[in-house]
Amino acid sequence: MTPGQNQPPEKQTPAHGGPPLMKPSPGEEPGPGLVTWYGGIHRQRDLRLKGSALLGPGLAWLLIFLAIPCSGLVILSFARRGDFGDIHWIWNLDNYKRLLGYGLFGWTPDHLIILGRSLLVGLVSTLICILLAYPLTFYIATRPPKTRNWLLLLLVVPFWTNVVVRTYGWLLVLSPQLPPARIAAFFGFIETGAPLFPGSFATYLGLVSTFLPFMALPLYSSLERLDWELLEAARDLYASRWQVFTQAILPQTRPGLTVGVIVTFIPAMAMFVVTDLLGGARYMLIGNLIQNQFSTSRDWPFGAALCLALMALTMIGLMLYRRWGDPRDKNEKSGGAAP
Amino acid sequence: MAQVQKNFGSHKALKGVDLEVREGEFFTLLGPSGCGKTTLLRIIAGLELPDSGHVFLGGRDITRLPAAKRQVNTVFQSYALFPHLNTFENVAFGLKARQTENSEVRRRVGEKLEMMSLGGLERRYPHQLSGGQKQRVALARALVNEPDILLLDEPMSALDAHLRAQVQEELRRLQRELKQTFILVTHDQDEAMVVSDRLAVMRDGLVEQVGEPREVYSKPRNQFVAEFLGAANIIAARRDGGRVMTSLGSFDLSAAPQWDEGRLAIRPERILLGQAPAGDPNWIQAKVSEAIYRGQSLDVWLAPAQGPADDYRLRVRTQSKEPLRPGDQVSLFFPPEDLVALDHA
Amino acid sequence: MNAKRPIVAAIAIGSLIFLYVPSLAVAVFSVNNARYGLTWKGFTWKWHQQLFQNEAILEAALNSLLVAGVSTAIATILGTALALGLDRFPWPRRLSTAMDLLVHLPVVTPDIILAAALVLSFNFLRGFSEIFDLGMGTLILGHITFQISFVTLVVRSRLAALGRDIDEAARDLYATGPYLFFRITLPLLMPGILAGAMLAFTLSLDDFIISFFAHGPDSVTLPIYIYSSIRRGISPEIHALSTLVLMATVILVLIAERFSRFRAAV
Repeated sequence: MTPGQNQPPEKQTPAHGGPPLMKPSPGEEPGPGLVTWYGGIHRQRDLRLKGSALLGPGLAWLLIFLAIPCSGLVILSFARRGDFGDIHWIWNLDNYKRLLGYGLFGWTPDHLIILGRSLLVGLVSTLICILLAYPLTFYIATRPPKTRNWLLLLLVVPFWTNVVVRTYGWLLVLSPQLPPARIAAFFGFIETGAPLFPGSFATYLGLVSTFLPFMALPLYSSLERLDWELLEAARDLYASRWQVFTQAILPQTRPGLTVGVIVTFIPAMAMFVVTDLLGGARYMLIGNLIQNQFSTSRDWPFGAALCLALMALTMIGLMLYRRWGDPRDKNEKSGGAAP
Repeated sequence: MAQVQKNFGSHKALKGVDLEVREGEFFTLLGPSGCGKTTLLRIIAGLELPDSGHVFLGGRDITRLPAAKRQVNTVFQSYALFPHLNTFENVAFGLKARQTENSEVRRRVGEKLEMMSLGGLERRYPHQLSGGQKQRVALARALVNEPDILLLDEPMSALDAHLRAQVQEELRRLQRELKQTFILVTHDQDEAMVVSDRLAVMRDGLVEQVGEPREVYSKPRNQFVAEFLGAANIIAARRDGGRVMTSLGSFDLSAAPQWDEGRLAIRPERILLGQAPAGDPNWIQAKVSEAIYRGQSLDVWLAPAQGPADDYRLRVRTQSKEPLRPGDQVSLFFPPEDLVALDHA
Repeated sequence: MNAKRPIVAAIAIGSLIFLYVPSLAVAVFSVNNARYGLTWKGFTWKWHQQLFQNEAILEAALNSLLVAGVSTAIATILGTALALGLDRFPWPRRLSTAMDLLVHLPVVTPDIILAAALVLSFNFLRGFSEIFDLGMGTLILGHITFQISFVTLVVRSRLAALGRDIDEAARDLYATGPYLFFRITLPLLMPGILAGAMLAFTLSLDDFIISFFAHGPDSVTLPIYIYSSIRRGISPEIHALSTLVLMATVILVLIAERFSRFRAAV
């Protein structure tokens, strides 16, 4: 929009029209570095100065408390823990070796199991959320407007409810005196008088109930803009329900789905509140492990290495989503029908 | 006397334009989209800087004067009304920005609202107004400052066809009453014809022709102008002494062409149908190939007896009451003063 | 369409119930007149009343509000300035891509890494000032760090929706400097700023992970208090406290809903 900067004035073509009435005084070409911007005429340098003054504090904040410490974590992961939880700046790969299972007492798969489990838990709970969120949001989107608003509010409230409070609710629901545990005991899944936690079942319940609104809300905003005529057209062409879904709904809701997957998968994998309370000590995820390093164990270098591992897992998960979730890829059905 | 002269070479948008707009006239910049007319308007408004060249207002160089300091106001294509201010506050905005006294603001805003028949809508917000009302608010908001020049950037594009015709006439009348300088940007040649005292046809960052609508219409300088302003028959021609030879026949022109080989243009409604003795100058024979009845006129497509190609068709608009059928033979007269020799390019 | 799709309806309603079962259970047992166990012993308000005599809980609530209030105020100012700076100035393409990346970083990074990074920076900065000893100060600093991004994103989307025309029209009508800012830019941006601030406030109240890492012994917030109490076992006071937190959430959501509807109308 702004005229090009510092361009040499082009040779002027003689134009038609009346004779010039005013001779432009020579040497008065608009100076370089002068730009129009949102209706004002500014010196480029002044504009950048003003812009920097606005940006400066916020960017500096993010650099000091976020970007630099994040790079610090990378450096830290190559250091060593001292005897009192202090940091010895001795460069080594011990933390990564430990991550892969090589310790003082030979090789154990413990850490690798935790990493694998984290990835699995993240993927599976994201998948369950997707499977529940599609019918849920489809149902809401097809209600009359008034009902729709109320149902949406019902989704927004758990979205904002504190994760600790909601996890606490599951502790109550799954406790031995209440029907779910009794029924499970009746069928012999658990011992009579035992709670339904800790364990993987309780963890998945907690995670899915925590992240379902995170998946459903972005998905809904996509579904709301869905071209319903396309659905009708697909149905008119005798497409099966599965075809209607994959050919008409899925491609159109892809942006919402992607946001949903990102905001579900990343925190689900790193979650430690839910797993701590509902998973128990034997069902550790990488989030719990990191938290341990930064609190009880005070082994920051190892914690930093774990953070990097978590970042790597996040990337792997998102890449898997792109692989399976690509609309042009025929293999997407295997992603949708896995469990 | 307000003299506006621009003269620049911004790389693509404008390739060097000289224009003079006279005080108190309704001037139109006409051209297809992308011809640079809006850029030119924005430069006059001070919302854009030319890479070179100057803008003068009443003899003063205002090229680098910011928009906020120019006695020039704009009606934007989107109207750009302030959504959080009501009609009164919108119109009063410019006056208040210059610390005008409250009673004065009230008087002048009231006057303009009255003039724009916006009385009673003072407390409405832009989202509560219709398209036509929004446009009038935008107009009032600019005019209340009594600008030296009022700029209008395609202000009618958001209105429906019926309303547009009405607004064009109102705009014309308003300008006559106020005797202020208006510069309008549009791509609609009918609109330009209706409202302008003078207009400039632009293409690819250049001004092709400047003049009164009648003059530009009947004496287009080149093929682009001829075809952009309504329909035109274009005929390749060669000069031969005092006459001009074409594949249709030879013609007399009242203004002899400057070239040896070039093109002629004639408007469909200037070609006359009739019976003429064969061999008379400027008369040719043609056969009707299609006739379209348009109510106030009849559009006829004719295949000339001899032409540049078999599928060459002449377009003639006539008031003739006689029905014409495909296959009818007619004689056509090309008045010498209506045949225009076009410049190259 | 609903009649034809009983399975869809069943899953949808089932999911909604599933989302509310834990919260409803907490609410029900918070008015159960039993000190231990989960058998119904009659209705009572006494657990709720006791909350207001529990100093630790009152302090945690106060801390939560204080942290949320202060951090929101600072993050809103910084975030709005950042949004204006990013959006309203002609930065070279590469620079603005890099700045965008930095702004999006807190949104896409897992909270726990954010928390670890914060702890690391506090540990380093502690050498310069005791502000960075874990406590209210670090809690506020930590919250601001993730809030800035959200405020910036919300305000920027509003800025983008406003476009350039309005500014140009205002300048064309002789407005410049502070007059332009206070009469046009700020009022038009206000809905975005308020929405951003509200988001930041809620995120702060709701946050657990970052608070858990950044808090000190004297700066326990409500989620942390509840978490550490749960680890000691379930109790009727925690039922009641959780219920109140739930109620506060519902009220906040309803206010936000009214607010956004009001905004849509104006």
